[in-house]
Amino acid sequence: MDGEAILGALQARFGGALAETHAHRGDHTALVERGALLDVLRHCRDDGALGFDMLADLTAVDYSKFPGREDGPRFEVVYHLLSVPHNHRLRVKVRVSEDDPVVPTASGLWPIADWFEREVWDMFGLRFAGHPNPKRLLLYEEFVGHPLRKDYPINRRQPLIGPKI
Amino acid sequence: MDAAPSGPATTREFMLGEGAGTGGGTQPMQLGVGPQHPAMHGIIRIVTELDGEVIRKADVEIGYLHRAFEKDCEVGGWNNAIPYTDRLNYVSPLINNFGYCAAVEKLLGITVTERCQYIRVVMAEISRICDHLTCVGASSMELGAFTVFLYMIKAREFLWELVEEVTGARLTISYGRVGGVKADLPPAFGDQMRAAFKQVREVLEEVHRLLTGNRIFMDRMVGVGALSRDETIAYAITGPLLRAVGVPYDVRRAQPYDAYDHLDWQVVTQTAGDNYARYLVRMAEMEQSMRIAEQALDHMPGGPINVDHEGRPLDPAAYVDQGKQGKTEGLLLIPITLSPNLAGQDRAAQARVNAHDKRVVLPPKETTYGSIEGLMNHFMLIMEGYGIRPPLGEAYSAVEGANGELGFYVVSDGTDRPYRVRCRPPCLPPLAALHRMIEGEWIGDLIPTFGSVNMIGGELDR
Repeated sequence: MDGEAILGALQARFGGALAETHAHRGDHTALVERGALLDVLRHCRDDGALGFDMLADLTAVDYSKFPGREDGPRFEVVYHLLSVPHNHRLRVKVRVSEDDPVVPTASGLWPIADWFEREVWDMFGLRFAGHPNPKRLLLYEEFVGHPLRKDYPINRRQPLIGPKI
Repeated sequence: MDAAPSGPATTREFMLGEGAGTGGGTQPMQLGVGPQHPAMHGIIRIVTELDGEVIRKADVEIGYLHRAFEKDCEVGGWNNAIPYTDRLNYVSPLINNFGYCAAVEKLLGITVTERCQYIRVVMAEISRICDHLTCVGASSMELGAFTVFLYMIKAREFLWELVEEVTGARLTISYGRVGGVKADLPPAFGDQMRAAFKQVREVLEEVHRLLTGNRIFMDRMVGVGALSRDETIAYAITGPLLRAVGVPYDVRRAQPYDAYDHLDWQVVTQTAGDNYARYLVRMAEMEQSMRIAEQALDHMPGGPINVDHEGRPLDPAAYVDQGKQGKTEGLLLIPITLSPNLAGQDRAAQARVNAHDKRVVLPPKETTYGSIEGLMNHFMLIMEGYGIRPPLGEAYSAVEGANGELGFYVVSDGTDRPYRVRCRPPCLPPLAALHRMIEGEWIGDLIPTFGSVNMIGGELDR
């Protein structure tokens, strides 16, 4: 299926739950309401014609300093889906506000989401409801803050950890 | 007749007598492997729970080499991220360079010249061979085949000499540029590459004779560390590990970029999904990579790499002096002898290997110093607050790294700095699934399995 057809199929099935769809530089994107996220992802995985059997990537973007987006929902969680048998891709995004930074976990659909979501928690401070092991992935537990947030300065020092001598 | 006397049921009973272990029970033992361990190729910690020598449960901890790649990219200009990409997968840095450049080019909506595409193919394939050589060599060494390690590092040395010839560096090469590459290939590159490949092929032949079919090697590799097809896909594992379970998915074939769809090569697959299948896939892929590189070199457009200039070359200092005095008329037509540091970057070479887009690609040095337009163009790309400015938007672009799909997701807010650069590391999914490969197997099997996933710390932890 080409990208337009994928977006059309999702639009036909989920209608209002799809806030927006667009294609930029050949990447087709569906912006999904948070409540319908898991249903959309599950449909993408299980529907025979879509067949997105691989969650190629999961990440987030902090839009708080993005021109025109300063007031809107601060974060976007971005899912890059890939179908190995059909060889097509889809980007699914969900917007999350700073006050309620929770997204349902996709680790029940694709086990790789476990680590990807831990990294997003680590770097952005977004929580994934129902995650089996919500720990930091790359940084250490004593790290203060979430460094890929736009309000985290690049030169901030972290307190030293380890045994006191 | 009586039934044959039954032997002791377990090793424990054999050692301690019949009925041993039934009363007291056993206790699992925690054993931490790493983060510093000679057989750990990067810094990683695996906390295992052992029952005897069998791993019952394993917990993989990563992040020891985290250097804030994604955060650092947001600080400088779009081209400033290229040295950081060298340090992702430092065994095949060229692929990272080109992967990042391809993502930014997709965002900008530009295409590189055909010659540049072929150069990227050649250099990426040389990198891929280096990566596979390192992986197979190092993991065989851990199984006792030290000779193989030395042979393969010798072969890698020939390839690194090629890389050095082209990029000027062996490891941190920074050869890619948004819109092209740093410099054209050196004049005698074709012959050097063929000579190096001849040596590499001899090494591969020797290694095949030493390893493929070797009893000790096969005992440690066959049936060890296997992962099923469904689980491999569910864990988003790509690259040699996915092809080792029989899925012919390769980004170079599935979503061709650069010149891969013009070349004749095969996607190598195996079906067993164990360490031995991964070894076979990597060994066969090295031959395919050499085929690709040779064909790409044969079909490379753009004519001879060094074109003869007519007229007397001018000393660069005199050239700059004339430009400063405003005597720029005709200056652009005068060829100059460039410093050896700028080999492959003269005006003609730049035009061959870089996209013809003034918004993205630095002008050649002759133009910068010989004309006011060139100087302005140079400043507009270098000065603070100017530089490459992709339009608002986002793009995800994937290339086939040595370990699988290397994706870059870039977001631009229209300024000269990346708003967000996300690297999808091909190493991370296999490490996330590592506990599935080692649980239920011997602690000793951890070593070949860990070797076969080819963890690269720089790329995994970023």
